[in-house]
Amino acid sequence: MPPILTEIAQLVVNGVMAGTILAVPAIGLTTIYAVLRFPNFALASHATIGAFSGYIANVKLGLPVLPSVLFAFLGAGLVGVATDEAVLKRFRPAGFITTAIASIALTIALENVVRFGFGNDLRGYDLPIMRDWRFGSIRVGPQQVQNLGIAIATMAALFLFLAFTRTGKAMRAVADNPVLAGIKGINADTVGRLVSFVGMGLAGLGGMLIGLDTTIDPLTGFRAILSVFAAAVVGGLGSIPGAVVGALTVGVGEELCLLFLSPDYRSAVGFVAILLVLTLRPRGILGQRAY
Amino acid sequence: MTNYVIAMGVSACIYALMALGLNVIWGLAGMVNLGLVGFFAVGAYVTALSTIKLGVPIWAGMALGAGAASLVGVGVALITVRLRGDYLAIVTLGFAESIRIVASNAIWLTNGTDGISGIAGPLRGGISPEMFNLMYLGMAGAIVAVAYVLAERLRVAPFGRVLRAIRDDEQVAAVAGKHVTAFKVKAFAVGAAALGLSGALYAHYTSYIAPDIFVPLLTLYIKLALLTGGVGNNRGAVLGAFVIVFLLESTRFVIPLVPFISAVQGAALRELLIAALLIVMLRYRPQGLAPERLAVFPIPAAAR
Repeated sequence: MPPILTEIAQLVVNGVMAGTILAVPAIGLTTIYAVLRFPNFALASHATIGAFSGYIANVKLGLPVLPSVLFAFLGAGLVGVATDEAVLKRFRPAGFITTAIASIALTIALENVVRFGFGNDLRGYDLPIMRDWRFGSIRVGPQQVQNLGIAIATMAALFLFLAFTRTGKAMRAVADNPVLAGIKGINADTVGRLVSFVGMGLAGLGGMLIGLDTTIDPLTGFRAILSVFAAAVVGGLGSIPGAVVGALTVGVGEELCLLFLSPDYRSAVGFVAILLVLTLRPRGILGQRAY
Repeated sequence: MTNYVIAMGVSACIYALMALGLNVIWGLAGMVNLGLVGFFAVGAYVTALSTIKLGVPIWAGMALGAGAASLVGVGVALITVRLRGDYLAIVTLGFAESIRIVASNAIWLTNGTDGISGIAGPLRGGISPEMFNLMYLGMAGAIVAVAYVLAERLRVAPFGRVLRAIRDDEQVAAVAGKHVTAFKVKAFAVGAAALGLSGALYAHYTSYIAPDIFVPLLTLYIKLALLTGGVGNNRGAVLGAFVIVFLLESTRFVIPLVPFISAVQGAALRELLIAALLIVMLRYRPQGLAPERLAVFPIPAAAR
């Protein structure tokens, strides 16, 4: 293969892997949006909390990556339910703008709780050192493949949960039509708590997966938030398949831009993607009306 | 100490100008803007670069800064004006972050994360630092006073009335024959200009700007200022800005009294306190200290 094609192939592979990982928090965001109907910016701090919960399990308790990921999900999910119950829930009757602003304040508050406990230092997970695998001229890290596997397994579990369990169906019903769901005796409060748990849990898991590739610090979640929102908006806010498609698009797009942009601009690519989609197709690839 | 108080006064004036700008966009027109720090940054960078690299005079640099921020505001508004508010929230937040990313990375232009230093201040060097601070306070105060008068005029003028109508019910305003989109774009242009001007004021005062300054926390401060004072109310915007600067600065004195914490922990505690304050304000007193007073039109006796 000519070198430029190899480079492109490598970037696409990287992009698909990054996009699959990005899909996890993007699904979290879009699920919360679908049921509770506001853009929850507190996702950023929950991704950070997940990354640090996983860090505690992995480094302090000495657990391998797989069980640590579960800690990330649980830690962020529990904090998500608690803060939604204590803070955000009270704002929802006042409208989505007030709730969104409150969620920004919440994310800064939680970020600083993490900073208070852990400081601003960069921290790395305890990972076995492994040589990259090579397929022809394409290189893939074993850890990346494991992350990819975790992300795909998580999404598969979520799809099965939403498609086949009673609770999952109840969640979809509330997302679809809260009034009708209420008439059928579905308790919107319970579903709301569940959605906060699952959504923020996914954010936390995503935060840890992102951190596994690099290092973590209190701003881990915030740095990722633009890409996460881009993924959800590009795919169509409120649509779970949309979040996956959007995340893959943003992931591959961010990598391909490396052909002609310095890597530092990577996260601005997400914003450009948001602008393009909102200008050309405001509802996103698979979403509903945006206005 | 006097110098410190004067510096806080200048901060309060800059915050007040930002709050006035935000009030046009959010308070009057009802459009959420979570990226106001982006417009602030555009104003600061444009004036810094044009005075340093192009050698334009300070007043012209500030005007350019305000103008550039206004133009960017028009661009953001045009893209988002058809969209629902939640998308506007995402776009404006993303906009501010993108500005910060560009400012951190376009090293040839903005000197990256090192920032730009040595931005000229009016008469700086010619007079003593104390006099400079005092003079700048006077200048910032005068600008806020003018902006306040203009904002008040705008609020009660037919233009402001239409904006408030759009905020309360877009469809009704449209049915009454108002071009909703045009009004929204204009509101964004005016508000963003004030935000850009406050950024320019900041740059020429501190003589140093860097991407670190333009973080979402600053957006939150201004939101908090406007909420404290009362959304939709210019008097509240100015009052709120002074209250917030006072609160922010008093935490600076209180935090060191907390025993057994490091500097990082102190800083974290301070931001935590401010975020918590915003949540409490938003929850228990969303109308602010000086709520917007809406005109009450008595129903004529004949119509009863």
